[in-house]
Amino acid sequence: MRTTIPVAIAFLTGVIVVLATWFRDDSFIGGLKQELIIWLTIVGGFTLLLGVVSITRVSWGSIQRRSDGWGYKALTLLGVFAMAIPSVLSPTWSTAFGRADGSIYDWLFNYLQMPMMSTMFATLAFYIASAAYRAFRARTVEATLLLITATLVMLWRVPMGEYFLNLFPGDIPSLLNTYIMNGVNLAVQRGIMIGAALGAAAMSLRIMLGIERTYMGKG
Amino acid sequence: MTMRTRALLYSFLTFLIICLDYSVAFGQDSDGIFRTDRINALVLVVIFSAAILLYTKWAKEGKPLFLRKIPGLNAVEEAVGRATEMGRPVLFIPGIQELDDIETIAGVSILGRISKITAQYETPLMVPVRYPLVLAACQEMVEQSYVEMGKKDFYDQDIVRYVAGEQFAFTANVNGYMMRERPAANIYMGAFFAESLLLAETGNAAGSIQIAGTALPEQLPFFIAACDYTLMGEELYAASAYLSHEPVMTGGLKGQDFVKMLIIICIIIGVVLVSFGMGDTFVSWFEQV
Repeated sequence: MRTTIPVAIAFLTGVIVVLATWFRDDSFIGGLKQELIIWLTIVGGFTLLLGVVSITRVSWGSIQRRSDGWGYKALTLLGVFAMAIPSVLSPTWSTAFGRADGSIYDWLFNYLQMPMMSTMFATLAFYIASAAYRAFRARTVEATLLLITATLVMLWRVPMGEYFLNLFPGDIPSLLNTYIMNGVNLAVQRGIMIGAALGAAAMSLRIMLGIERTYMGKG
Repeated sequence: MTMRTRALLYSFLTFLIICLDYSVAFGQDSDGIFRTDRINALVLVVIFSAAILLYTKWAKEGKPLFLRKIPGLNAVEEAVGRATEMGRPVLFIPGIQELDDIETIAGVSILGRISKITAQYETPLMVPVRYPLVLAACQEMVEQSYVEMGKKDFYDQDIVRYVAGEQFAFTANVNGYMMRERPAANIYMGAFFAESLLLAETGNAAGSIQIAGTALPEQLPFFIAACDYTLMGEELYAASAYLSHEPVMTGGLKGQDFVKMLIIICIIIGVVLVSFGMGDTFVSWFEQV
């Protein structure tokens, strides 16, 4: 029973969503699909509490044990509650509450969270440099080909590189770039995408028919 | 419930839903509720489903089916073994998308296999997640694996933990964990975006053996550059079936290969027809899918 009911629910919901592809939105099945999407949002909202409980338990345990990096855990907890509590309090009590402009939540979001996110994203440039260095080391024929191709494509995408490549006679660099990006690169990407789409569809079918039950911890 | 009974029940339920929809439609004064412009997609879905069910049936009957080796998946056990020898944990990330994303479901399925291996070897496992719904699914999955392997005593609810809802906060937390705990193996399976390289490069710097799998072509180069093994596209979806070694599951993979072959044939026919200026109808049939 513990297996049959989830499999039946997975099948029914899956069939409704798939069948809705061939029915208009104002039909019975189209309406059911919309209803299921709303249910998903509601269930997701309730599970948020699970997340808060998990992060609090893990962080509090780490602080109590004074394990490595416990200070970060304390900051994490402080961040969670400093943002959550004022944002759920009624703005009628104070302008600092709620999520409107000028509230505590708004201030923390604009002056702490956003800059930290931007900083994390900016570090990507350094990671790209170190990964590119490793990937482009010309140790084999394939790696050398990759290095030449990548250099050509990257040069074409910066003004100075474009200037130098334009010194070559005719449209050779431009044609070469177009061929690499819209020919070889696009063909490979499409191949991967077709394979992935088929894989996703096959997996969905296996789940709907109860052949694959690993997502329930079975099989 | 046998496979045939289940199939009959499902068919009946599908029929019932369609009947319900038509009964509602007959009561309505509309132009029709069926999207006739999507008939071509319906044909493809029917062929695809038939191929998968047929191959699954053959696999169940014991017909030998060849599956090519996927080095990344063969390396999973080796990676966990390495972690056991070194006495360091295994880090598994099921992507950063919600549970309604099929890549996340694939990641969670693979987690089931991996947690069985870690339970068997009593290797520490850490699974950080970004969404509470994924947290609940992964906790259930890991607990079930530990119970099945008879290692319930080694199960800890905090193996799977909610880390942060924001993409880069999640990344910062996991990167910090990697540098502090230095896990012996990092396994990334699911949907990843800009954080893919941040995670994989940090794991590389921490000296971990890394196995990644994603279906997003934009993130594959980053994983290939920074990880030891990478599962590309469909390999991610095949992973749970491949690791299970169950004929019924591998039958689905063969069905998928059959449809892929059909698509390749269609592409070749399309190229030939278009080259001779006769492919307009043929191409338009596929363009509307």
